[in-house]
Amino acid sequence: MITKVRSHLSPNEALLFERSSPGKKAYQLPDLDVPPVDAAEALGADNVREAIEGFPEVSEVEAIRHFTRLSTWNYAIDYGMYPLGSCTMKYNPRINELVARTEGLAWAHPYQPESLSQGCMEVMARVEAALAEITGMDAVTLQPAAGAHGELTGILLIRALLQKRGNPRKKILIPDSAHGTNPATAAIAGYAIENIKSSETGVLDVSALERLVTDDVAALMVTNPNTLGVFEENINRVAEILHAKGAMLYMDGANMNALVGIARPGDFGVDVMHLNLHKTFSTPHGGGGPGAGPVAVKKVLEPFLPAPRLKRSGKKWTYDYKRKHSIGRVKAFYGNFGVLVRAFAYILAHGGPGLRNATVDAVLNAVYIRKRLEPYFDLPYSSPNMHEVVFSDDRQAKLGVRTGEIAKRLIDYGFHPYTVSFPLIVHGALMIEPTETEGKMELDQFIDAMISIAKEVETDPQMVKNAPYGTRTSKVDEVTAARKPVLRWKP
Amino acid sequence: MYPENFRYTKEHEWVLAEGDTATVGITDHAQEELGDIVYVDLPKAGTHLEQGKSLGSVESVKAVSDIYSPVSGEVTEINAILADSPEKLNEDPHGAAWLVKMKLSAPEEVKNLMSASDYQTYIGAEK
Amino acid sequence: MRYLPKSESERRQILDACGVSSPDELFAHLPEAVRLKRPLDLAPGISEYEIVQYFRDRGDENGKGYPSFLGAGVYHHFRPVLVDTVVSRGEFLTSYTPYQAEIAQGTLTTIFEFQTMICQLTGMDVANASMYDGSTAVPEAAMMAVRATGKGRVLIARSVHPEYREVLTTYAKHQGMPVEEFGYVPEAGTIDLEDLDRKIDDLTGAVIIQSPNFFGIVDQVKAAAGIAHQRGALLVVIFTEAVSLGILEPPADADIVAGELQSFAISPSYGGPYAGIIATKDKFIRQMPGRLVGQTTDSRGNRAFCLTLSTREQHIRREKATSNICTNQALIALMATVFMTVYGKQGLRELAEQNLAKAHYLASKLKPRFCGKFFNEFVVKIEGRSPDAINQALLKKKIIGGLPLGRFYPELADSLLLCATEMSRRADMDTIAEVAA
Repeated sequence: MITKVRSHLSPNEALLFERSSPGKKAYQLPDLDVPPVDAAEALGADNVREAIEGFPEVSEVEAIRHFTRLSTWNYAIDYGMYPLGSCTMKYNPRINELVARTEGLAWAHPYQPESLSQGCMEVMARVEAALAEITGMDAVTLQPAAGAHGELTGILLIRALLQKRGNPRKKILIPDSAHGTNPATAAIAGYAIENIKSSETGVLDVSALERLVTDDVAALMVTNPNTLGVFEENINRVAEILHAKGAMLYMDGANMNALVGIARPGDFGVDVMHLNLHKTFSTPHGGGGPGAGPVAVKKVLEPFLPAPRLKRSGKKWTYDYKRKHSIGRVKAFYGNFGVLVRAFAYILAHGGPGLRNATVDAVLNAVYIRKRLEPYFDLPYSSPNMHEVVFSDDRQAKLGVRTGEIAKRLIDYGFHPYTVSFPLIVHGALMIEPTETEGKMELDQFIDAMISIAKEVETDPQMVKNAPYGTRTSKVDEVTAARKPVLRWKP
Repeated sequence: MYPENFRYTKEHEWVLAEGDTATVGITDHAQEELGDIVYVDLPKAGTHLEQGKSLGSVESVKAVSDIYSPVSGEVTEINAILADSPEKLNEDPHGAAWLVKMKLSAPEEVKNLMSASDYQTYIGAEK
Repeated sequence: MRYLPKSESERRQILDACGVSSPDELFAHLPEAVRLKRPLDLAPGISEYEIVQYFRDRGDENGKGYPSFLGAGVYHHFRPVLVDTVVSRGEFLTSYTPYQAEIAQGTLTTIFEFQTMICQLTGMDVANASMYDGSTAVPEAAMMAVRATGKGRVLIARSVHPEYREVLTTYAKHQGMPVEEFGYVPEAGTIDLEDLDRKIDDLTGAVIIQSPNFFGIVDQVKAAAGIAHQRGALLVVIFTEAVSLGILEPPADADIVAGELQSFAISPSYGGPYAGIIATKDKFIRQMPGRLVGQTTDSRGNRAFCLTLSTREQHIRREKATSNICTNQALIALMATVFMTVYGKQGLRELAEQNLAKAHYLASKLKPRFCGKFFNEFVVKIEGRSPDAINQALLKKKIIGGLPLGRFYPELADSLLLCATEMSRRADMDTIAEVAA
């Protein structure tokens, strides 16, 4: 029985170009207070363009209706839970949006004199300090724009250190349960990838690791808890093995929502890690970005961090560009400052004790889901889970229904699907992460929906296979979209 | 289903050898596993291929699979219809949707590949 | 805590359902050695009011309200009010990447419109759904050109934004992708075509220039394309001032256009978040990094949109992906989309004309150092006064001057890069002229 949603009229809407007509406008510029200039004269006749062909012309009312109507076709956190594993789709506090628009911060130009940038620099310094404390690391760079960008930065830092020691080495070890950005990043950093299999309990196989860590190995990239939501219990031993061979331990911080205030990567042997501010620290996903991917390091890697570094000079902040061992810039300017503001507002709102409470609730919610869904869905790994839980579709597959189809049926119940078919080590995975910002009612509605679907699979598998039914857009033809790509509107 | 005069690999490619020329493709089992094929990435004519090494790839919406050359030699022709109609590979993988034609450098290699009945046993066991 | 929607009794019920008497038991399985045995050394949580006040105070320490004549890759343009109205809608702000097409048509449709408008602006056939920013779009474009040509050498003009060049250097170091710079002509400020011609060879895969370049000068796209194409290299043209595309001929001779959209209603925000783009010709589409939205139909025959050509990307191709990028700057790109919608075909042109007029007015009072044609930025050298001295004098009048170029170009240490936009006021420009006199 579907209780969360009911059908409802939603407006149709054409594309901007289809609404456009010459002469309509939504803007008004002030009159020029200086003499106009002839474009052909100023720029050279050859350099002046014709009108932008096909560019839309709509009125303000049409513009607002256009985007508002389109917005009603989206699901969002503001509507309900996203059970997406490892995405940490928690509530995006609105105060974050307000403070990011503070005039002196939003209009600050990165090349303003330092004397007029002290406010921004102070915020960045406080963010660095807070993230260092949370991760148990010694120094933080805020330059990377997103998680994958942070991963690249982290691996380049490792390379630089090993290079300085005489040999950058050739390989990076990556668990078979890793997120796709990990091997893609290693490849861009110029390393070969070697996969390391997980054990039958779902964690890193320590004896396999011992065999694989040679003098050719630069680092192991680990996610902890791993993509099964399970804490890597042997992480201290893993760090020892790597360090004994002069290799480093990189941690993908995507799952930090299970650790903040409970355990710190710096305390269990991690040398360098990135954080996803758009995950653990509540900055909005906005339909796919922006994010920020700060990187935290142990002291030994600090000299290699991207320049410039913030430095205290008397009572003021200043930038230190004299960083001769730096790997160089990974991005222009200083980082996604607007995202850092949002993350810091989140940290200020929670405070130390609050951050720990959030972690506790995140894990509690995931364990609750596990307990209530265990009778209905196959649990491939019995190890205790933390902030996320991974089921497999084995039971349902026997009746011909796969995880992707169950996910689509979940949409009819008013939820966004969980993560489908990832991690790859679980056959037909259902990866679920509720986060701490879900209350009992929402969780129970989700659980009831999943149980109901499990029952539907038994009584009417074909119906489940053809879901969703209730959406205004039914299943899209991804095959034709890939075979005959149409990537822009044409008249 | 599986032509007697083809030879087959463990990676689900087939080869039809006639003297020192050959035609290469992927098997019906392969196209079924892949699902709807959206793109085929093939080498240029003149490319030198080695048995067991990748000659290109086949893409479905959500996956990419490498194709491994069953034999060594030089690519003489690639199948032009696959550029516009990759779906042919789902429809007729043993016939109209061959991938490349080659001039073999080591025709004896073919002897070591599986026969149709061996291949059928092999994919039966895989399930 | 107001973001944790459980009452104590609800928490109790859930704990009971989990068979756990206290939350600490949930972590009992963690090895003793890893557990943090003290509270985090962070102050307790503060109220909404205190948070707002904290950032307001920081903003005040930042010299807000000073008119600024800084450009150099980040531009002060008015942000139409509709922009924040649209992006503040929860359906856009708090939604996820549109992997589930049926419930993300809002995001997918706006991205399709964005891709279209970028193509229309840049004269390219296809554009992606955005990169992190202009600076990281440069190495992505370079790697794309190298993949497409199979040739690893990259030539980049010194007149490309210095920090963009630094980012390229960082990425290129480990790609087996040697990068070399070629110069600019001291009188005109445009690229030194002879230097390019001397340095290019048959191993060159990419030639990268910027137009308008870092000095604000409209550069020689056609000529650079000629040289590049003759050697089998691709031409990558970068832009940092998107408003210039409202009036400047798009670089149709480029193979890849990469750039920064910050000018399109994206707050300067002390350096980010911004939105970069990569746009290219149809034939290079499979080499392109980043998300792409395509048009298709749903099972009922209605037009629908979905992410497509995903096999290029990291989540499928893993180490063989065209890039490691996962995020696109969707919300930021949406700001740009709303901006482009509000201004539209006529408005972008008028906006660009205003920028041109303002900057040329300011330039008429000073003497640009280069004779090349410029859009809304130009370089000046003031006789007898150092750039820092000029800026100090302007600061006393609460005006932020231009960028002293010495930090990036030692040979231009006596010069300043000034930018005027539609937001610059005549009175302030007259003040600059006075101070510089």
